Amino acid sequence: MLERAHILVCGGTGCTSGNSNKIYSEFQTRLKEQGLDKEVKLIMTGCFGLCARGPIVVVYPEGTFYQHVKPEDVAEIVGEHILKGRPVERLLHSEKEEDGSLKAINETDFYKRQKRVVLRNCGIINPESIDEYLAYDGYKAYEKVVTEMTPQGVIDEIKKSGLRGRGGGGFSTGMKWQFAHDSVSDVKYVVCNADEGDPGAFMDRSLLEGDPHAVIEAMMIAGYAIGARQGYIYVRAEYPIAVQRLEIAIGQAREYGILGKNIMGLGHDFDIELRLGAGAFVCGEETALLNSTEGKRGEPRQRPPFPAVKGLFEKPTLINNVETYGNITQIILNGADWFASMGTEKSKGTKVFALGGKINNTGLVEIPMGTTLRTIIEEIGGGIPHGKKFKAAQTGGPSGGCIPAQLIDTKIDYDNLIAIGSMMGSGGLIVMDEDNCMVDIAKFFLEFTVDESCGKCTPCRIGNKRLYEMLDAVTKGKATMEDLDKMEQLCYYIKENSLCGLGQTAPNPVLSTLKYFRDEYVEHVKNKRCPAGVCKALVSYKINPDACIGCGLCKRNCPVGAISGDIKQPHVIDASKCIKCGACVQACRKNAIVK
Amino acid sequence: MKQVTLKINNVSVTVEAGTRILDAAKKAGFNIPTLCYLKDVCNEGSCRVCVVEVKGARSLVASCSAVVAEGMEVFTNTPKVINSRKKTIELILSNHKKACLMCVRNGNCELATLAQDYNCNAFEYEGVTEQYDIDETPYLVRDNNKCVLCRRCVAVCNKIQGVGVIGPNKRGFATHIGCAFEQPLSSTPCVACGQCITACPVGALHEKDDTDKVKALLEDKDKYVIVGTAPSVRVGLGEEFGYPIGTNVEGKMVSALKRLGFDKVFDVDMAADMTIMEEGTEFLHRLKDKTAALPMMTSCSPGWIRYMEFYYPELLPHLSTCKSPQQMFGAIMKTYYAKKYNIPVDKLAVVSIMPCVAKKTEITREGQSAAGVPDVDVVLSTRELARLIKNQGIDFKGLCDEKFDDPIGEGSTAGLLFGATGGVMEAALRTVSEVVLGKPLDKIDFKAVRGVKGIKSAKVTLNGQTINVCVASSLSNAKKILEDIKAGKCDYQFIEIMTCPGGCVNGGGQPIQPSSVTNNSDIRALRAKAIYDADKKATLRKSHETAAVKTLYKEFFNEPGSHRAHEILHTSYKKRNKYEA
Repeated sequence: MLERAHILVCGGTGCTSGNSNKIYSEFQTRLKEQGLDKEVKLIMTGCFGLCARGPIVVVYPEGTFYQHVKPEDVAEIVGEHILKGRPVERLLHSEKEEDGSLKAINETDFYKRQKRVVLRNCGIINPESIDEYLAYDGYKAYEKVVTEMTPQGVIDEIKKSGLRGRGGGGFSTGMKWQFAHDSVSDVKYVVCNADEGDPGAFMDRSLLEGDPHAVIEAMMIAGYAIGARQGYIYVRAEYPIAVQRLEIAIGQAREYGILGKNIMGLGHDFDIELRLGAGAFVCGEETALLNSTEGKRGEPRQRPPFPAVKGLFEKPTLINNVETYGNITQIILNGADWFASMGTEKSKGTKVFALGGKINNTGLVEIPMGTTLRTIIEEIGGGIPHGKKFKAAQTGGPSGGCIPAQLIDTKIDYDNLIAIGSMMGSGGLIVMDEDNCMVDIAKFFLEFTVDESCGKCTPCRIGNKRLYEMLDAVTKGKATMEDLDKMEQLCYYIKENSLCGLGQTAPNPVLSTLKYFRDEYVEHVKNKRCPAGVCKALVSYKINPDACIGCGLCKRNCPVGAISGDIKQPHVIDASKCIKCGACVQACRKNAIVK
Repeated sequence: MKQVTLKINNVSVTVEAGTRILDAAKKAGFNIPTLCYLKDVCNEGSCRVCVVEVKGARSLVASCSAVVAEGMEVFTNTPKVINSRKKTIELILSNHKKACLMCVRNGNCELATLAQDYNCNAFEYEGVTEQYDIDETPYLVRDNNKCVLCRRCVAVCNKIQGVGVIGPNKRGFATHIGCAFEQPLSSTPCVACGQCITACPVGALHEKDDTDKVKALLEDKDKYVIVGTAPSVRVGLGEEFGYPIGTNVEGKMVSALKRLGFDKVFDVDMAADMTIMEEGTEFLHRLKDKTAALPMMTSCSPGWIRYMEFYYPELLPHLSTCKSPQQMFGAIMKTYYAKKYNIPVDKLAVVSIMPCVAKKTEITREGQSAAGVPDVDVVLSTRELARLIKNQGIDFKGLCDEKFDDPIGEGSTAGLLFGATGGVMEAALRTVSEVVLGKPLDKIDFKAVRGVKGIKSAKVTLNGQTINVCVASSLSNAKKILEDIKAGKCDYQFIEIMTCPGGCVNGGGQPIQPSSVTNNSDIRALRAKAIYDADKKATLRKSHETAAVKTLYKEFFNEPGSHRAHEILHTSYKKRNKYEA
């Protein structure tokens, strides 16, 4: 029976934390109450991407986009929209056409510049149903490669597509497959790196939550291409929904004869096991991931030998990132030329970014390679909140760098980002405005890598720690100009001497901010001043007696009793007691407290 | 093997494919410094001291693990390389407890050598340092405040010994070497081999120093102090005084011990001869007794005994019940010798000098007190003896050779062979063969069991019966054999096991050679050669011909395997639980 309407409830991690499970069950109850459960289909999907507006509910056929939905709103949506055909205005995503009519979801600023290849099924299908995946051409690409293509033919197609690794390095995927294919061994492995660890990045999580079969199918294709019968997905234990949906998907695939022996009667064997990571960032480095998968301490191995030659359990191993796999079935089904038609000369296809920081539309976006930073931030991202000025964008997570405002028209691709001292990384994109101190930002990212260093090699273990300490001295006004040079030299030393990618890229946030925002460093060093007013040690709070009305709000909000003053008389802050928490600034209604 | 030609600092060199850049550079005449690299043991590429520039490579390359390629161009001493190494060493120094003046490794520290070679400023990168408690056991001290995290100790414990009680804990700057759940070493199944100490480039691991105890004994006018030296000590001790590796300094050693004030200086080689008599007899009994556990395995190496008790308690019946030579020596002193020379047992102290730190644990074992008091009172490693000699101002190099004291002095060189892997087997075969045959052997060299190879085997015919023997050194090799025994795949009758790779000459208590030496020469073979050379020259080469042995059986023990011999010279073993509080 065909349903007259579909209600899609987002089941991604963001919306789940906003209680979308309860919204879903509330819909179940209400629809049943109204006797609509047969004619309206309710689906829990993966992530829609616009996480800032979650929990999200979309109603088809109109494509009505409801934002910030609460369980108590469900009765109204069912009663008004489903029963009476009147959308609930107060919950609508507010973008409108010039004539005042509502924009369809695909026409909104957030979605219209996107090109969803990897995320094609996210927010569309029920990720816990293999039938829905099958209905959306699922496992057709696998069937095609096994029945129509040779393993080398598959690899040639991937090479021709120009696909590069989406995990950060940007190495040619086809070449990687070729190396693993060319290694001679009776046993080989296909591994999926789902240990997404960059702070603020969650594209892999969303794909696994929203379309797990796409990754499984791609791994099967890779298994066929390189001659492997076993795959492992190394996924973070902190992604419980992704883990659960992968488990369901693998179970269903086995049940359908899609994983296991003699798949679909086509004579190829392939199966997949999950391995849960214990939350170490370095385990996203492929050789550390292999060690961890084997049950060893998650530390990188010396390369060469590369995993394609000697990887998991010393056997040739192909490791790709989740998003890389997410492209495979589409390349097989639509052809390499189709894929290569998107993007720039050396970076083909699309890239998923996790937008975060000082931006209105935080969430997940998939854009063609070559889209400018300006388009992402101003159009898709909806600009900076509170009308603040864009200062820099940080890409590539803790391994990346900061792109200054003057480079906002940079076309985002692998090579352009490296050329300006950042990198693609896994696709985190954090926007900073005038209130961010760039020294503090560099310190934040470096603190992360210092914390996440495995501790194996000297440059990363001790070098980054010392670099952090020097940076800390800058933020406290205790550094000299010579220290800045020493820091820079140490950065280059760490990059050139570290054992793995984590150490080799860890100084990037420092180097890129030193390059583009050196004046801020100098200001901290020479004038002992933090221009953005972030570095606590260099900030002091004062009450402007002319603006203070003596209301006492600041005094009541001060946690350490540093503020004194009589009612209706200007108050004063005792600098020796002040801990610079900023509570008084927030409490003051007259903007009388200045840094 | 395929040959590869490359250029190192523009010098062309041809080496086998698969050669490390480090070794290729050596061949081209360039030394590259290393810290974490230990040949055949540790190859993690973690310290980054050995970096070189390789044309076309994105970053610097660790020459200890990167292998050569045809046409490769390597530069080992560009300013970038030298500066990088300097920074690496300075960073390590920034997190190293720089108590060098009081350090046991002062004068033999690889970090100090590097710091000097690279003109380092130890205070260039000052910052916070981690503070660690010192972990002390009766045989070993771990001081993580000095650890440089090269992980050579971890590699030797895990890969060579297959014990793995230490490893990296925590991560990042907080990474440190420790035991599971941060437990002290004493609560782990550590076998006390001390190989981690000789692997350590700095003073983070060292033996528990007992020289003060010996000094106190020597100062005590009431004590009659006897010292005995193990076979390997004489071929190692010289290294502490600048002699080339493999120099036999037996005469000077005896002379120095006499000058230190010991009342008697005896040779544990004699006790090794006694071990052969007892063990050989036990073996012949086991061969005849259908209910006895075979293969029989030797019991001289205390680390090996601990390993069996911790890891293979089900195979304990295979161990010979003979005490080790050290314990037989002590037991004979405290029973026979004390009685014969009328020395009250409580006034008699026995000190042994051993190439070993596990021996320090052996003296407190149950069943090692033949006279009701411990057979041996204090054990000093070879290194501690050297320290004592220096401390007491003895001019070692200027000493004349002296001989061991009578009557226990002279042992056979069969006993001396105990110092090298295969030596116990060869000594046993010399005696057992002659006992079984009832006449002297034509040829007493059993070369099949010599050499540094990890596992060796041989067939010996005894009166028409073929005996399969096996010799293994290092516990990872021992483990292979034990697993074969458990799987019923072992057809050996007699097996010699030594805990340390190469046997006691390479024991955990022997002088420490820096990796620059051990990576380029085999110190096990060099020291063992000194032993075999002495054996070749000797006339007394069989345990059963040693005068003291004959006297002991005549006057005291009656015959090998007698009731009294069992009471005094044998012991027992028991299962030990791993990780017991």
